[in-house]
Amino acid sequence: MSDTRIVDFWVAGTEEPEFQPTDEGMQEIGPEDSGRRLDEQYGRVVDDDYVFDDEVPDEERMILNMGPQHPSTHGVLRLQVELEGEIIRRSKPIIGYLHTGMEKTGEQLSFMQGPTNVTRMDYLSPLHNELAYSLAVERLLDIEVPPRAQAIRVLMTELNRISSHLVALATNGMDIGAISMMIYGFRDREMILEFFEKTTGLRMNHNYIRPGGVAVDLHPGWKDDIDRILKEIPKKVEDYHNLLTNNPIWQARTVGVGVITAEEAVGYSITGPPLRAAGVEWDIRKVFPYSGIEQYEFDVVTGDNGDVFDRYRVRIDEIVESLKIVEQVTDSMPKGDYRVDDNKVTPPPRQRIDESMEALIHHFKIYTEGFRVPAGETYVAVESPRGELGCYIVSDGGARPYRMHVRAPSFYNLQGLPIAMADSIVADTVATIASMDPVMGDVDR
Amino acid sequence: MGIVKDLLKGLAVTGRTMIGTITGRELVTRPYPHVKREKPQRFHGRHVLNRYPDGMEKCIGCELCAGACPAECIYVRGKENDIDNPVSPGERFGYVYEINMLRCIFCGLCVEACPTEAITMTHLFEMSTTNREDGIYTKDELLMSPDGKVPHMFPDDPLADLGELDTADGWVRATAPGGRAAYQGVRMWAGTPGVGDWSPEPSQEERDRRSGDG
Ligand code: SF4
Ligand code: SF4
Repeated sequence: MSDTRIVDFWVAGTEEPEFQPTDEGMQEIGPEDSGRRLDEQYGRVVDDDYVFDDEVPDEERMILNMGPQHPSTHGVLRLQVELEGEIIRRSKPIIGYLHTGMEKTGEQLSFMQGPTNVTRMDYLSPLHNELAYSLAVERLLDIEVPPRAQAIRVLMTELNRISSHLVALATNGMDIGAISMMIYGFRDREMILEFFEKTTGLRMNHNYIRPGGVAVDLHPGWKDDIDRILKEIPKKVEDYHNLLTNNPIWQARTVGVGVITAEEAVGYSITGPPLRAAGVEWDIRKVFPYSGIEQYEFDVVTGDNGDVFDRYRVRIDEIVESLKIVEQVTDSMPKGDYRVDDNKVTPPPRQRIDESMEALIHHFKIYTEGFRVPAGETYVAVESPRGELGCYIVSDGGARPYRMHVRAPSFYNLQGLPIAMADSIVADTVATIASMDPVMGDVDR
Repeated sequence: MGIVKDLLKGLAVTGRTMIGTITGRELVTRPYPHVKREKPQRFHGRHVLNRYPDGMEKCIGCELCAGACPAECIYVRGKENDIDNPVSPGERFGYVYEINMLRCIFCGLCVEACPTEAITMTHLFEMSTTNREDGIYTKDELLMSPDGKVPHMFPDDPLADLGELDTADGWVRATAPGGRAAYQGVRMWAGTPGVGDWSPEPSQEERDRRSGDG
């Protein structure tokens, strides 16, 4: 083999090797297997361990398309299910209906503008996206954000976890027919969105957590609002328990439905509540703590059976755990700066612009060119309400990422859907989908 | 018997909420176009181009806002000021200023970037139009008049709340300290006609106090 055929693996920050086109990797489609291969790619045949039962007459088999415009598939998820009578034998999630090329857009935006983009991926937990991105950029920059910024980040992301889980419970309830739960979930989430709006000015897609700290300090009187949240939400959780947890109809619809075992969950890289519901104690907040979350006391909630009911229970109990963190952060909120004092990364205080020429130049530089990040690559993960949300950034030393990739938990969790749904009845599909809590913006990016 | 009891417990929750809603105690919705929600001070709404109290335009046509905008929806062209009849106190002024509201994501980066606080946000959020041209706001719509009145796209609409345009957003104020606690509570911008002189947000000590703490 001649040397020219090997394209060296490029290391960020070094000179990019010139690309030598070769025919290596070209797919040769032989005349005899091309039909089969195309069929596989188009989904006409599926390779799996499913065995056709010849006893079942053909008229009882059918392929049904659910979505992408189906109200209970949580956005634009399309499911192709193969039915045998009322029983789902195989299913195949088809994604890409919300693909907007956001990872690519991230390469066009400077590190300063980046959070406006990533926050729109998983729109139910925007602050976690911003946090993962900011932590990755900060690791490349090798800067340490001040304690108050870290505490604010933990406070906001944990509140975001509560609001996201409330939507998950609400939609889970709606899909199974508990319409009151839907209304209550959205109603109670409003309390947290109002808090966000008071601090960031926006209800979603905040552009609040930035590389170097947070955009702005908490609003005056924020402790009163937190007190109200801490007082009201536990009451509401009590209501949910009365409404659903102990309700025999709810239990009949969820217990033993859509089971994912611990081995399957680990094998499919499923993270977050679906993994913990299967009994695996894995939480990024405990294993790779970020933003000083290790100072606060909380438990990792796990389930036993990995069914829809356990996933629901894990979410409800995580709300309570997050409230514990919120309370501790509120009581121990440190004083001081909420952004690093580094003129190369964060804009100077406004007053300095009028006083100092240098500050004015820094201000101009940051808002036009952005700040440069040393060459290198890094991966940082946070525990989003849906699981491990990671951000992988390659920088070539410029003001924009050379490559940005987001490990979206919904995408991986969705892969567990076919095993969770195999051999269940059609009526359980929506319950299973809702319990995985996929956000299509997160899946497709 | 247990099943019936558990069912009744759930029904009690719905029943209580229903009564609370009918009596208005737990009512959380409002008849929207007629009754509007009170928005927090930092709300991100439609932009406005400010003037100094003496009527001069604050914008100096530096294009920083256009450079910071991630949606690339701002178009600015600066022009030299006429020495005898200046539009802004600086050498240049914003001659053309356009924001494409159809692209804007209301992130507020333009407000943070502007070195003269020329562009800020109001509380107006109702900006639907029936054609695309109306989505592009030019200086005619954005610039406040010398007395501080901000033009509204549909001033005759009976449901329009013109007061929303007078409420300037606190974002610029909030970001003014730039993350330094020592600069919080310090006034650092020029006043605006209409809105007047904005008072700074309180210091961190005051901000972190509970109302019950006296
Ligand atoms: S708010 Fe954001 S998107 Fe809108 S004009 Fe300003 S910088 Fe651009
Ligand atoms: S609005 Fe501000 S940032 Fe934009 S051109 Fe005018 S002075 Fe410069």
